[in-house]
Amino acid sequence: MRKDPLIPGVYCHDLIQFNNRSGVLSMLEIVFFYIASLVALIATVMAMTRANAIHALIYLIVSLLAVAVIFFLIGAPFAAALEIVIYAGAIMVLFVFVIMMLNLGEKGDKQERQWLSPSVWVGPALLSIVLLAELLFIISDVNGPVSTSSVSPKAVGLSLFGPYVLAVEISAMLLLAGLVGSFHLGRRYLERDYGDERGKE
Amino acid sequence: MDGLDIPLNHILFISSLLFAIGMLGLMIRRNIIFILMSLEVMLNSAALAFVAAGAHWGQPDGQVVFMLILTVAAAEVAVGLGLVLQVQKRFKTLDMDHANRMQG
Repeated sequence: MRKDPLIPGVYCHDLIQFNNRSGVLSMLEIVFFYIASLVALIATVMAMTRANAIHALIYLIVSLLAVAVIFFLIGAPFAAALEIVIYAGAIMVLFVFVIMMLNLGEKGDKQERQWLSPSVWVGPALLSIVLLAELLFIISDVNGPVSTSSVSPKAVGLSLFGPYVLAVEISAMLLLAGLVGSFHLGRRYLERDYGDERGKE
Repeated sequence: MDGLDIPLNHILFISSLLFAIGMLGLMIRRNIIFILMSLEVMLNSAALAFVAAGAHWGQPDGQVVFMLILTVAAAEVAVGLGLVLQVQKRFKTLDMDHANRMQG
C-alpha cells in the first residue's frame, strides 16, 4: 500500500475506496441514519408516555438499541457494543429487577399474564425488527454503508489510559461511592423488611 | 478532518430532540421510576452528541467521554433505585408529590 503523496497519513487504497463509495453507499448510510434516529425518537416518545413502567422500559431499550445502531453507522463500533452491553443490558436489567421487586403481590400473576398479550410487545418488536434489518443489511457486506473513518477501540484505550487516566481514577471513585451508597440504601431496606416480619410473628 | 458522510448538525439535532423528550418526561411524570428513565434518556442523548463529535473529527476523546457518562449513569441508577426502594418502603407510593417532606 503506497502513501498518498498529497495527503499525509491517507493511503491511496483508502482514497480509492472512499471515491468508490461516495455515491450510493454514503447515500444509503445517511438514509439508514435517518431511519435509526426516527426509531429512536418514536421509541423514546412511546417510553415517556406509557402508563405501565414495564412497557415504558421495553420502549426505552428499543431506543437505546437505535442509538447503538447510530453509533455503529457513524464509525464507533466499540461505543455501540458498550451501549448495548451496559445500557441496554446492565442498567435496564437493574430497572426490571426493581420494578418486579415492587410489584410482588396479589396482582402480580394477573399482571404477568397481561404483559404476555401481543399489544404489549408488538410495537417494540416492530421497531427492533426495523433496526435488525438495518444492521443485517449493513454487515452483510464488508464495504457496507458504514462510515469509512472509524475510531478504533485501540485509540480509545490509549487515550483512556494516557491523557485521561485521572478521569478514569475519578470515575472509579464514583463507582465505589455508588456501590457503597446503593449497598447502604438496599441493606436498610432489607433489614427493615426482616424486622417487620419478626414483629408480625 | 471530516470523516462522516452524515452531517454532524443532523446528529446533534437528533441528540437535542432526544434530550428535549427526556426533559419533558422529567417534568411531566410524577412516578420516580419514570423520572429515573428520563434521566437515562437525557444522559444517553448527551453521549450521542459526544460520540458524534468525536467521530466527526476522528478523535477518540468523544468515546472516552461516552465511557465516563456510562459510569455516571450506572452509579446514578444504582443509588436512584436504592432510593426508590426506600421511598416505596416509607411512603407506600412511588408518587414524588407524596414524598415532598424530607422527614428523617
